[in-house]
Amino acid sequence: MIAIVDYGVGNLFSLKSSLAAVGAEAVVTGDAETLRKADRILLPGVGAFGDAAEKLRATGLDAVVIEQARRGKPLMGICLGMQLLFDKSLEYGEHAGLGLIPGEVRPIAELIPAGLKIPHIGWNALRFTEKKSPLFRLIREGDCVYFVHSFYAARCEADVIANAEYGALLTAAVQRDNVCGCQFHPEKSGRVGLDILKAFCEPVP
Amino acid sequence: MITKRIIPCLDVKNGRVVKGVNFQGLNDVSSPVELGKYYSDSGADELVFYDITASSEGRRLFTDILTEVARTIFIPLTVGGGINTLDDFDRVLKCGADKVSVNSGAIRDPRLILEAAKRYGDQCVVLSADVKRVDGVFRVFAKGGRENTGMEAIAWIRKGVELGAGEVVLNSIDTDGVKRGFDLEMLEAVCNAVSVPVIASGGAGGIQDFVTLFKTLPRVDAGLAASIFHFGEVTIPALKAALKENDIPVREV
Repeated sequence: MIAIVDYGVGNLFSLKSSLAAVGAEAVVTGDAETLRKADRILLPGVGAFGDAAEKLRATGLDAVVIEQARRGKPLMGICLGMQLLFDKSLEYGEHAGLGLIPGEVRPIAELIPAGLKIPHIGWNALRFTEKKSPLFRLIREGDCVYFVHSFYAARCEADVIANAEYGALLTAAVQRDNVCGCQFHPEKSGRVGLDILKAFCEPVP
Repeated sequence: MITKRIIPCLDVKNGRVVKGVNFQGLNDVSSPVELGKYYSDSGADELVFYDITASSEGRRLFTDILTEVARTIFIPLTVGGGINTLDDFDRVLKCGADKVSVNSGAIRDPRLILEAAKRYGDQCVVLSADVKRVDGVFRVFAKGGRENTGMEAIAWIRKGVELGAGEVVLNSIDTDGVKRGFDLEMLEAVCNAVSVPVIASGGAGGIQDFVTLFKTLPRVDAGLAASIFHFGEVTIPALKAALKENDIPVREV
């Protein structure tokens, strides 16, 4: 069973539907015991980092997610959920993240040339890095996925498994042992996105 | 590199797609779910569902349909039509829409953009503007293009973006239905005025019109059309192949 962490941020309808489409049994839950019993945990998120981090902390689920990840349970963060995996974010102030992957979240504006639109919104190609991940075992390099974000994960080079080119290389996905994250929305990325979710939900052969 | 988006638009009335659709191989060509899936499978980058129902019963059917679409199609979904309040945003977002497009509702009360952007984020709010030249000036029209608001279009669009609209759909009434190409002059004026993605609508008659659009105005992010897709005059795979041949980045499926 896959647990989608419900901490009052964003709309989980599409994510739940996409897991059903790949044949995974998923529950949307804010219950610590359900998270502990789950085989895998998905941490979604939209909106502002500070607000989401605060809500996650207020539910007490931050500690459960960290505890489960440290015990080796597969955890995937999506979009803002990926950003929450890092040490901190510099989105409107400085906010602490879960600290599961070393790195920090910074504004795209400081990285890309002026004149490019922000947010980075639309379909962009995945460029794999030398760090191979089983998360991509069902897709190909160059496949496009759907992004919407104004901040990016920085200083995390060792754990980046894919980038997207947008005036500079932006972190598209990361993995550190059992913890992974996608900056893009796999639940909105057509067949490619479903294949990434499927790869996460099923044991690596 | 970000790809140029191709967006079919489906008008839905009482839960059914209206405006004749002419496809072989679909059991039910006026089912938004079947048609949406067909477009998604053939490489559409996003879908717009436009609710043209006036009754509350029709509205309920629309949200039922939207839920069904969102359950089966995993690309971004934008919903427009009859969006006048934050409750309307809430209603369609709960059914699985990713973005909500506002038009007359925002003209009546521009704070709708501000409040929706605050609650759901800029990326969720799309400003759709129906624009027509009147005595050489771009004017905003409301109520499906029937009523001249007297507002100057570029100023209105700029204001909408300042209030928090994360994307702009520019529908040129002058080129809409003429099928002789997008309104490049009007689009250029909008691209120069705002820094958010601009989606071109109105005037596409064939593949070449999309090539010309993206070649002439590289700052345009997406092309939206309805009837040329519905009547099969242009198929999305053929369109994307032509764009690719012209070195315009597209997503292949």
